[in-house]
Amino acid sequence: MTVATPLTEMEYHILNDFQDGFPLEPRPYERMGAALGIEEDEVLGVLRDLRARGMVSRVGPVIKPHTVGASTLAAMQVPPDRLDAVAALVSARPEVNHNYERAHAINLWFVVTAADQHGVAVVLADIEAETGITVLDLPLVHAFHIDLGFQLKC
Amino acid sequence: MLIDGSDERLIAVIADGLPLTARPYAEIGAGINLSEGQVLSRLRRLIGNGVIKRFGVIVHHRELGYRANGMVVWDIADDRVQAAGTRLAQEDCVTLCYQRPRRLPDWPYNLFCMIHGQDRQTVLAEVVRIKRAAGLGAFNHDVLFSERRFKQRGARYVGLQRGAA
Repeated sequence: MTVATPLTEMEYHILNDFQDGFPLEPRPYERMGAALGIEEDEVLGVLRDLRARGMVSRVGPVIKPHTVGASTLAAMQVPPDRLDAVAALVSARPEVNHNYERAHAINLWFVVTAADQHGVAVVLADIEAETGITVLDLPLVHAFHIDLGFQLKC
Repeated sequence: MLIDGSDERLIAVIADGLPLTARPYAEIGAGINLSEGQVLSRLRRLIGNGVIKRFGVIVHHRELGYRANGMVVWDIADDRVQAAGTRLAQEDCVTLCYQRPRRLPDWPYNLFCMIHGQDRQTVLAEVVRIKRAAGLGAFNHDVLFSERRFKQRGARYVGLQRGAA
């Protein structure tokens, strides 16, 4: 098993302290640097490096579900010998932004997002037609938790 | 009306993240005919009215050593699900907590929460702890660990990208 590269103190703070409340001003990375005691260029260098190492996905917004467009969590029970091919077919859809294998008989889990509910339904129907496998449609009924980022101490 | 067409274009172009350059908001705006100041004021409004629920660094848990990602699913009596969801959402290591429909007979679970940990044992121990703490001993649950991540990125609202650069 690969062991994650240990983080430097600076990397830790860049990852942990700016998951929300990112500066909304013309030079946000300069502001981050001011809070951390380093230059704008160093902030950008660390962020580029963390992105290249796969630790940072992006700097940007998390949109509250159902305020822009429509989305659902979808799941399929895929025979193990077809999983790679079906997963690739699902990932190829631009409307799919998360796609995971999970350890369960229902083993493929993905999120579909589109401009409206009809757009979501079309994607699910297409995937069902192309694979011959039933797609469970599990849209959000109620969100109890607002994603405020992830505490690295957890 | 929470958002207009310019907001939709703005959300579409920042879905993959801000550029890692000195003036990212100016760069974003240039592609969709908004000034830097307009981008900033629109983002402030979208955060203020809750369309954007957070804005900042989005990490990949697995690369940070949080190799175990458990989707914990619960079959909670309908008249208890609201209280159970509210209670589970208070746990520090629960990052998401959503009610979703059952799909009987294939899928009996109606409450989903996400727990990340360094390994599966840690996550399973946390599930035992929160099940007891939340008084959910009477309800069935299952933990679905992620095996492989095929895709993870910001949502693209296909169909909302008209006019985007």
